[in-house]
Amino acid sequence: MAAAMATTESPPMPNTSSATIGETPELSVVVEFTGGLEMLFSDQRRHVLSLPVIDKSNKPVTIAYLIGYLCENTMKDARKELFVLDDHVRPGILVLINDADWELEGEEAYEIQDGDNILFVSTLHGG
Amino acid sequence: MPPALCGICKTQRALIKRPKNHQKLCKGCFIQIFEDEVHHTITSSQLFFRGEKVAIGASGGKDSTVLASVLKTLNERHDYGVDLVLLSIDEGIKGYRDDSLETVKRNAIQYEMPLKIVGYDELYGWTMDQVVETVGKKGNCTYCGVFRRQALDRGAKMLGIKHVVTGHNADDVAETVLMNLLRGDLPRLSRSTSIITGSSASEVKRSKPLKYAYEKEIVLYAHHKKLDYFSTECIYSPEAFRGSARSLIKNLERVRPSAILDVVRSGEDMARLVPGAMPDTCVCNNKAPSPQAADEDDNVGGCGSTNGRAGGGEMAAMEKQLRANEAAEVARLETEVTFHKTENTRPDRPNSSKEVLSGGSGYVPPVLMKQKLGTCEECGYMSSQRLCQACMLLAGLNKTRPQIAL
Repeated sequence: MAAAMATTESPPMPNTSSATIGETPELSVVVEFTGGLEMLFSDQRRHVLSLPVIDKSNKPVTIAYLIGYLCENTMKDARKELFVLDDHVRPGILVLINDADWELEGEEAYEIQDGDNILFVSTLHGG
Repeated sequence: MPPALCGICKTQRALIKRPKNHQKLCKGCFIQIFEDEVHHTITSSQLFFRGEKVAIGASGGKDSTVLASVLKTLNERHDYGVDLVLLSIDEGIKGYRDDSLETVKRNAIQYEMPLKIVGYDELYGWTMDQVVETVGKKGNCTYCGVFRRQALDRGAKMLGIKHVVTGHNADDVAETVLMNLLRGDLPRLSRSTSIITGSSASEVKRSKPLKYAYEKEIVLYAHHKKLDYFSTECIYSPEAFRGSARSLIKNLERVRPSAILDVVRSGEDMARLVPGAMPDTCVCNNKAPSPQAADEDDNVGGCGSTNGRAGGGEMAAMEKQLRANEAAEVARLETEVTFHKTENTRPDRPNSSKEVLSGGSGYVPPVLMKQKLGTCEECGYMSSQRLCQACMLLAGLNKTRPQIAL
């Protein structure tokens, strides 16, 4: 955890844990990291995030958007490649959307709904 | 899109897509089929016998935690009649093993299994922290690996247990197959595919009941059963996660999920082509497997039963054994001078009383003495050399206690 705190690179972000005052409608989602991934996210397993309903090009936000968002805003660790490789979730990291394998839900194209629970589990770490 | 329904029960929402066949399953059916498949592996390879004491090599990680949970479930459900114990190794790395050992301690309570923790310090007089202080961070994994392998065996012996099961999964086996393929090490490739390894000389056999289980499914099983496991990365090899063979496996899986089991099966098929090897495969109606005799290192073996394996390999294996026996016999004759029948040799090899062909011909055998059957002069652990690997490393360590070696 010392390493995670020492290498803070990203700019301070708005408080993500509560509903924002803004006028634009937002989605509240719970994002969880386990299997060792939490160490890339300030050693915190559970993150409550507010996401915009639509992205910059007016499309509903998807898992792909969330992944970019997490890299930019939530991840304090500099080792992005341990989470994302070539703009995709690193092979070996499982993604569960409301407890279902994201392969059943359309993977990165899945459109996030208010109240969704999205879990990233690493299978890469040892015991 | 509407949620997919489970392919088995057709009523519950599917939550899992199986990598090996794309089958969509609900939580309950997935847990059931996962357990059934491990049960199938156990029974078809005849891993256990009733009354057997079995130690589960437990790290607190996902694989060994799932193994302990599934074995407990199956032992009760199918009445294997085995006696399960958790065996953990404490490498002596501050800030690394502590938390996972706490997890194992909780597992011991959750699964009602006795727990034995063996430390490197008590076994070798060195903790890994001290080893790293001496040799640096570079080669330390070698030490740790050699020490751990023996530690499980020694721990098992302390408990009077002759069978250690480990949580190696299909991804692990596929990774090893690829690595040995890339290294051109077919003998080791062949051994690495075996579900049972170990030897009569080492007294402790090893097996991997999760050999055909995908890592992904192990993680999902742990998740859906809410198992208590701990993930960590060794502080001495951080962020490597695992080697490039691992990445290759995971990339292949992304493209074609069945690739992992395909690599495992290919490894088994190649193993069958290796002279002297006794590979196994999940043959559902095969004969009783028995651990293969020792072959150089202690990571060896094969489930291939002495009477149930494929022809070519059997012949080659037999020849190899005879050659080894001959060498040993010749060596013995040269030192003993008195020539008497060889019925007293090598009690662990019932068929070894083969007449020495080159007996008195003055032939000087290659230096093969004691190979396979020796024990380490220092610690008594089985070894093909004068000193076992661990004691050789220890000798180096002890010599250079304050200074850097290698």
